[in-house]
Amino acid sequence: MNTLPLAMLTAAPALELSHVTRRFAGRGRGHALFTAIEKLSFTVARGEFVSVVGPSGCGKSTILNLVAGLDQPSEGVVHLGGAPVLGPSQHVGFMLQKDLLLPWRTILHNVEFGLETRGLSATARRERALRELKRCRLLELAERYPYQLSGGQRQRAALARTLAIEPEMVLLDEPFSALDAQTKLVLQRSFADTIATTGVTTLLITHDLSEAVAMSDRILVMSERPGRIVENIDVGLPHRDNPLARQSLPRARALMAHLFDALHLEERLDG
Amino acid sequence: MPSSADELTASLPRGMDGPSSASLPGWLQAVVLPGASLLVAFIALVIWQYLPPALGVPKYIIPVPSALVEEMVRMWSQENLLMHIGSTTTMAVIGFALGGLFGAVFGYLLGLSPLWERILSPYILALQIAPKVAFAPLFIMWFGYNAIPKLIVTVLVVFFPILVNVLQSMRTVDRDLVNLARAYSMNGSQIFWKVRFPSSVPNLMAGLRIGATLAVIGVTVGELVGGEVGLGYLITFGEGQANTAMVFDAIFLLTLIGIVMYWLVAFIETRALHYIPKAHV
Repeated sequence: MNTLPLAMLTAAPALELSHVTRRFAGRGRGHALFTAIEKLSFTVARGEFVSVVGPSGCGKSTILNLVAGLDQPSEGVVHLGGAPVLGPSQHVGFMLQKDLLLPWRTILHNVEFGLETRGLSATARRERALRELKRCRLLELAERYPYQLSGGQRQRAALARTLAIEPEMVLLDEPFSALDAQTKLVLQRSFADTIATTGVTTLLITHDLSEAVAMSDRILVMSERPGRIVENIDVGLPHRDNPLARQSLPRARALMAHLFDALHLEERLDG
Repeated sequence: MPSSADELTASLPRGMDGPSSASLPGWLQAVVLPGASLLVAFIALVIWQYLPPALGVPKYIIPVPSALVEEMVRMWSQENLLMHIGSTTTMAVIGFALGGLFGAVFGYLLGLSPLWERILSPYILALQIAPKVAFAPLFIMWFGYNAIPKLIVTVLVVFFPILVNVLQSMRTVDRDLVNLARAYSMNGSQIFWKVRFPSSVPNLMAGLRIGATLAVIGVTVGELVGGEVGLGYLITFGEGQANTAMVFDAIFLLTLIGIVMYWLVAFIETRALHYIPKAHV
């Protein structure tokens, strides 16, 4: 991956999905395949923050696995920085709803986890980990174990681990959905700020419409399974680094109302 | 580090910050509960000492505590008790170590190979259910009256709970953690040593704790069936002489060995698993 010509790396979009379909073998005797996503195409530009919203079970997490190289498409290609994704890549970091911190490691060693396959010296690893912990304001907790941290602190540690590998692209799969309402607001602010500082390309998968509006440059709305992109909305609002400020803008409310319609939530209230 | 202790405690969830959550104050608990336990033991000993003679139960049926102490002193000076204790302890420790090692290694190998696990699982289940101690006479017929049959029985008895515990933990490793490691381009052996193995340590330690107590049972059966040495042998010897006190003493010492082994493993366990918050009672 590191041997790519530089021109190709800079010219190509950070992420490109072309006609990607993913089918899974059905459970039970029928052997019926079920299609998680179908002919999905979209691109994410360098430095862009894109959110994917859609009904539950529309294949949002399938997209994440395909981009992370943990799964392969049945049809179509995923390109990262111009190169096809054939397996896990050094350039992608991902984060889930669960913090996935290793309970037997200190926060510092957890942040170093992703760096251990990068051929760095122990000192270089430590330096980078400490730098990310500082950025995520967790330096004081470096020697603590995960159980000693609050849910919000743990997600911040997970972000520090994700950013420590200096990824080209960060995948966030509902990273705030397990947190209480207040922690969520604080953490969205903290993440938005950190991501804006690093300028890293970000794909956020979420079911929270206000979160999508508050944090992203662009929103992709997906249909029910098989998942397809039904709408591509440019947010075009200021304050990407401050979700709270953005959420109070009148245009943000209008956008949320629009998303609400796009997902046909009204109709579903009856069902 | 500048962070104050207060700040950390403030960030901890409730109930994790110490044993003070129970109803009694800490110092009182530390004194009253062990005191009550000792009192129970004392009362039981007093009843044991005076009730059987009062009811006319002969001492070859139920020897009183003072007779047990006398017999213990006699065994020490005349029956080479220390040698028997040493033999049983050595066998239990070696059998435990070998059984634990084999159980863990097979557990991890099978855990890494779902195909072999599926092929072998009916036999593992059968062997797990089979009463391992019943094999003791067989091993004596094969290997004679020496240390080997005892050791094999002990290893077998210890082997299975550890195998099953490790296998169980390998099956239940968090898929997302493994995927995270894969996403960081880790290979199979890195994933094993950095994720799967550490995840399994709580189960491994639980298996070892069970194994430590079973080891004493394995050795005892081996010695009962075909020994010329060890506390199990002293039980059969005492039985032959109608020396009930000797049997009682040997059982007491075997229990003591088991408790010490269990306690040592539990001690190592708390040290190894320091990163897991203490369960608050």
